[in-house]
Amino acid sequence: MAVDERLALAKELVVQLEAGNEQEVQRITSELSSGNESELFQEVGRLTRELHEAINEFLLDPRINEMAQVEIPDASERLSYVITMTEKSANTTLSAVEAGLPLAEELGSRSTEIAGKWERFCRRELSVDDFRELSRELGGFLETAQRCSQQLNGHLTDVLMAQDFQDLTGQIIRQVITLVHDVEDKLVQLVRISGHKMPEKQKDMNKLEGPVIPGVDQGNTVSGQDDVDDLLSSLGF
Amino acid sequence: MNKNMKILIVDDFSTMRRIIKNLLRDLGFTNTQEADDGNTALPMLQSGNFDFLVTDWNMPGMTGIDLLKAVRADPNLVKLPVLMVTAESKREQIIEAAQAGVNGYVVKPFTAVTLEEKISKIFERVEG
Repeated sequence: MAVDERLALAKELVVQLEAGNEQEVQRITSELSSGNESELFQEVGRLTRELHEAINEFLLDPRINEMAQVEIPDASERLSYVITMTEKSANTTLSAVEAGLPLAEELGSRSTEIAGKWERFCRRELSVDDFRELSRELGGFLETAQRCSQQLNGHLTDVLMAQDFQDLTGQIIRQVITLVHDVEDKLVQLVRISGHKMPEKQKDMNKLEGPVIPGVDQGNTVSGQDDVDDLLSSLGF
Repeated sequence: MNKNMKILIVDDFSTMRRIIKNLLRDLGFTNTQEADDGNTALPMLQSGNFDFLVTDWNMPGMTGIDLLKAVRADPNLVKLPVLMVTAESKREQIIEAAQAGVNGYVVKPFTAVTLEEKISKIFERVEG
């Protein structure tokens, strides 16, 4: 509305006010403000349309559907499989170690036994009979050593082969990381559409954090056993 | 330190129990039993004449910290030495465990040497 138009209306308003003509006063007042209102309505209309379009676009994005229906359930399956594989590997390794330890112990204790006699033999302290016994023991020991080392070899190979999970779990976890990034992007878009200011992230104090992960802020954590020991000794431990 | 003492190992992961069991055996402690959370462990402790408890913190069912508190609240177990072996490493948690009466705290991942060191330290203090 032009300035002179508004000026004319304002003057008319004064006249009608002085005359106490309430109906006219209202008509002029609403005419004066109508320009602003229509601008406001237009702006609200535009924003509504934009929001509507953004939401539609978001809902129509096939990636969202795909992620929710297929990829996230898939990712859970994959991660469960990672747990299965790593657990299986740990158990195989532990079994091989548990089977190998007694063999190493046997080799150690038998050789300690023989070493004592061998030293006496080197010092020429053994009688002929003792020597016969020693050579019999040596024969037996060599057989044991062959058997144990063969078995140990087998167990060590088991340990070696049990590490084959690393390659597979690495690939699976990498796929899941990519998915998490995609989901994060979509969530950020959603937040942008809703236009809400996100409340400050609040950590649940009672939630257990689990292992310290380098590069992830987990609050006030210790950096290792030395730190724990320092903390405890400061508490009088 | 009595190498025949009866030790209860509590962890929800069987592999971690096996590792601790093997390390303890390597240190000469062969009298060990296992439980997979506090709910299973507590009745074992109450009826089993255990000399030492090694427990994880984060377990389904009853957690290690609740087990520790339950142990300290039981007049028969109040003096049982308890070593916590856990990945939980927030300062507040370590302080909470100390206040609840833990005797030692080892953070995972740990070494055989650390475990041995903490165990002998605990028994030095308990016996000394």
